[in-house]
Amino acid sequence: MKDGWLQRLARRVGAFFRKDSLDGDLDAEMASHLEMAIDENLRHGMTPEEAGRMAMVRFGGVQQAREKQREARGLPFLDVLGQDLRYTVRTLGRDAGFTAVAVLILALGIGANVAVFSVVNTILLRPLPFPESQQLVWIAPPPTKCGLSCATYSSDAYEEFVAATKSYDGVTGYMAFTGPDNYRLTGRGEPVPATGIEVISNFFQVLGVQPLMGRLFTPQESRAGAHPVALLEYAYWKRQFAGDPGIVGKEIDLTGTPTTVVGVLPESFDFGAFYSPGERVDLLVPLDLDKERMWGNIIAMTARMKPGVALGQAQAEANIVVPKLCWNNKYPQSCGSYVHKHGTSMLVRTLKDYVSGRLRQSLIVLWAAVGMILLIACVNLSNLLLARAAARGKEFAMRSALGASRGRMVRQLMTESLILSAGGAVLGFVLAWGLVLWLAHQGSLALPLLSTLRIDGQALGWTVLIAIVAALLFGLMPGLRMASGNLIETLKDSGHGSSAGRKHEAVRTALVITEVALACVLLVGAGLLLRSFMKVMDIDLGFEPDQAASMRVEYDDTAPTDDAREVKRGEIFQQVIARVSALPGVEAAGIVDYLPLGANRAWGAPVPQGKTFPEGALPGPLVYVCTPGYMRAMGMRLHGRDFDWSDGPKSQEVVIINAAAARTYWPGEDAVGKVLMNGKDELHVIGVVDDVHASSVEAEKGWQIYYSAMQNGPNDAQLVIRSRVAPASLAGSVLRTLRELNPNQPAVEFQPIRTIVDRAVSPRRFFMLLVGIFAGLGLLLASLGIYGVIAYGVTRQTQEIGIRMALGATRGRVQRTVLGRTLGMVLLGIVVGTVASFAAARMIASLLFGTEPTDPVTYLGMIALLIAVALLAGYLPARRASRIDPLVALRTN
Amino acid sequence: MSDEKLDLLQGTLDLMVLQTLATMGEQHGYGIARRIEQISGDQILLNQGTIYASLVRLLQRGWIDAEWGFSDNNRKAKFYSITKRGRKQLKEDAAYWRRLAAVMGRMLEMQGTGNME
Repeated sequence: MKDGWLQRLARRVGAFFRKDSLDGDLDAEMASHLEMAIDENLRHGMTPEEAGRMAMVRFGGVQQAREKQREARGLPFLDVLGQDLRYTVRTLGRDAGFTAVAVLILALGIGANVAVFSVVNTILLRPLPFPESQQLVWIAPPPTKCGLSCATYSSDAYEEFVAATKSYDGVTGYMAFTGPDNYRLTGRGEPVPATGIEVISNFFQVLGVQPLMGRLFTPQESRAGAHPVALLEYAYWKRQFAGDPGIVGKEIDLTGTPTTVVGVLPESFDFGAFYSPGERVDLLVPLDLDKERMWGNIIAMTARMKPGVALGQAQAEANIVVPKLCWNNKYPQSCGSYVHKHGTSMLVRTLKDYVSGRLRQSLIVLWAAVGMILLIACVNLSNLLLARAAARGKEFAMRSALGASRGRMVRQLMTESLILSAGGAVLGFVLAWGLVLWLAHQGSLALPLLSTLRIDGQALGWTVLIAIVAALLFGLMPGLRMASGNLIETLKDSGHGSSAGRKHEAVRTALVITEVALACVLLVGAGLLLRSFMKVMDIDLGFEPDQAASMRVEYDDTAPTDDAREVKRGEIFQQVIARVSALPGVEAAGIVDYLPLGANRAWGAPVPQGKTFPEGALPGPLVYVCTPGYMRAMGMRLHGRDFDWSDGPKSQEVVIINAAAARTYWPGEDAVGKVLMNGKDELHVIGVVDDVHASSVEAEKGWQIYYSAMQNGPNDAQLVIRSRVAPASLAGSVLRTLRELNPNQPAVEFQPIRTIVDRAVSPRRFFMLLVGIFAGLGLLLASLGIYGVIAYGVTRQTQEIGIRMALGATRGRVQRTVLGRTLGMVLLGIVVGTVASFAAARMIASLLFGTEPTDPVTYLGMIALLIAVALLAGYLPARRASRIDPLVALRTN
Repeated sequence: MSDEKLDLLQGTLDLMVLQTLATMGEQHGYGIARRIEQISGDQILLNQGTIYASLVRLLQRGWIDAEWGFSDNNRKAKFYSITKRGRKQLKEDAAYWRRLAAVMGRMLEMQGTGNME
């Protein structure tokens, strides 16, 4: 029987599309029917007129028979829909102003929702774009104050972990201490910088990434003496090599080393998108674990759990394995150094959680905010439709009188809502498309996975879903109200001052109050985030980001002995700084190996001479190796003296420590002139510098210790310049100077220090901006709603106002009445909204910085803003009310 | 609405059409309608036009076939004939109606004599 049902449906669908030919068929059939009936009647002796009449009587209505047959054969639902659609397009077309406003409001609401959904989907909902990505984990010690060095493992620890664990199909990692532009690509015009990350040779196999072209690394390629190889990222291959299809197997010159390109990674893999949001990575090279064995903690670990192994099991195993790990197997005392006295020593979490976990709450808040926008848009539309309903009451009463059923009218009104919603969805989708495209190219926005952001089928599905939900939300109530109107009342009702009209208005007022309350919550949320952002921007970073810029310096660091190398390095640096300082506009210049808010490293903590501290009381300070002038160039506040060019390998070892370290080492004393012991080595403290926000703008400041670049080896060389003029204007002359000193200097980016700070706070700025925009949108929609209701009320009461003015009410009094009504409505909304805001603010408390969820400034500001906007929205109708001419108002109806 | 004529129950017209075609063979719409009127002794309220909704329903279910042809006095008309599946359906429906009619008959002949305990 089932197949009969399907067949019938198929026939009905077929019939629906062959309507014209079937109708013609039926007409011919009915015509012959009538002729036969007339023939028979004539045979029975009727007159021709009588025969025709009787035939028609017995047949019983040609049109009805036609309708019935159509209903039986086709899809009556679709026929009705077609009629409704045609009718809707006609009515909406007649009211183009209303249609445009409605579609625009919906487009804004839906567009914002689709764009945010795409972001949320990309970062939060969708699994990482790796096969079986739920099995991928990130393995690291829990976060501490000593930066990256305390978040990574040594070569020995990595190898021991691999050997001692059974939970994993593969464990891999990458070198975490890589600054941008760490390579120089030559042989193709002037040297250009490139950012390369060293990865353990099985890195891509563990992640499950297949190359677009060529092959992945082999284990042999990570051994000493192996021929250097590299994998190119897709974007870099496109940009730097113009997508050369024959690149695999070619040699490129990386910082003077001929390196063979073994493959190109697929477009879907972007190292930066997962591991270093907001930074560009160009190529990947194999990591030699032996070469870096003595460097300490350098590896950030990622692993793939075996199928069926759960996170809990992996964690339990890690807890057992951690004490066996040695920082360096040559030093037995370093075994067990990864054990934390308190809490977990090694945290195993899903890679997804590592990549996007910390954005979870922000994104949910964003999603809620954008949902509220849609709600406000729907309420607004409901309101607009109700106003229209009032105007169209008679049309519907007439249709009802002509026999349209209530269901049919609700259906027609819902069709109208759906059409509006569909229009809004199409426009909104285009809006979202543009927004997402723009967002995906915000390379400096430090959000993970951003480059993989695009509008996809899921976003399209979401658009359709919210368009339908929105149509139901805003269309159902006005639809039901309109269709349920009392027929006779409406036909009689002149539309002015009747009880039905008043009831209508009560509903609309309630809707506006809802809108104001929702706008309230959005404004408070945006206000709190704005206040937090301002607090973050006010943070004393310990350095002055404005008027400073940095550029990575290439230099030759080869020399037969350590001492010789330090002397040579000092000479090069001194020359660079002298030349750059001489450039017009340059105030100060210096070199450091790690800039604040970027990568960093920590060494073991030295101990003040003659003091003992309990083990574990001194955290490993972050270590910076710098030249004279760096602190001044960076705008750091120094007490004591700066390094001197004479602080070289022959003179006593000197350090500068930060205030936090000084406070712990020598509480209540001046640290300058004191001595720190690093094993047997004496470190003379020559200065104390104010604390610098080293690893994050918002996190607490840890300990920092600065060494002289002529006494210790820097990992890198960042030239920092402080200038009187805009730093960007110096880019050309600084690069020229560096090129004169070293022709190999690549054309690296001249980076204002401000951009480093901006990148660090970019997620907060991004969320604040978006929530702010949504709040603005909410406010706009709410004010539109207020205006609509008040203006409609004034129109409806024209006569009443006319009478009152005729009886002596002044213009001012009329205005005050209207404004009073507006204020009353808004105040009610504010009260409701404030209560809701308190609850909502508590939920976003963890996203706030230095701002209480009950921050009075925010709430007062919100109330003042809403009242101001409400008064503005109410003022226009109030003015119109006061201009009513009593004579005209009383005469017209 | 007429007091004398019977209102057609839902679905009964379809059955009448099937039975007509089964007994009379190939027939056009007008012929079917006339036949039903004659058999029922004009006791049924039938707008002849409604027969076409019934015919299209039966066609779509595959119980009857249709073909254009010419009537006795040479008028172009669509002729309907019952299919094999139609006959099977007719048998089932007829049995159903007979049972229902019998039950209804018994119900209505029930005498009000016995105790209702």
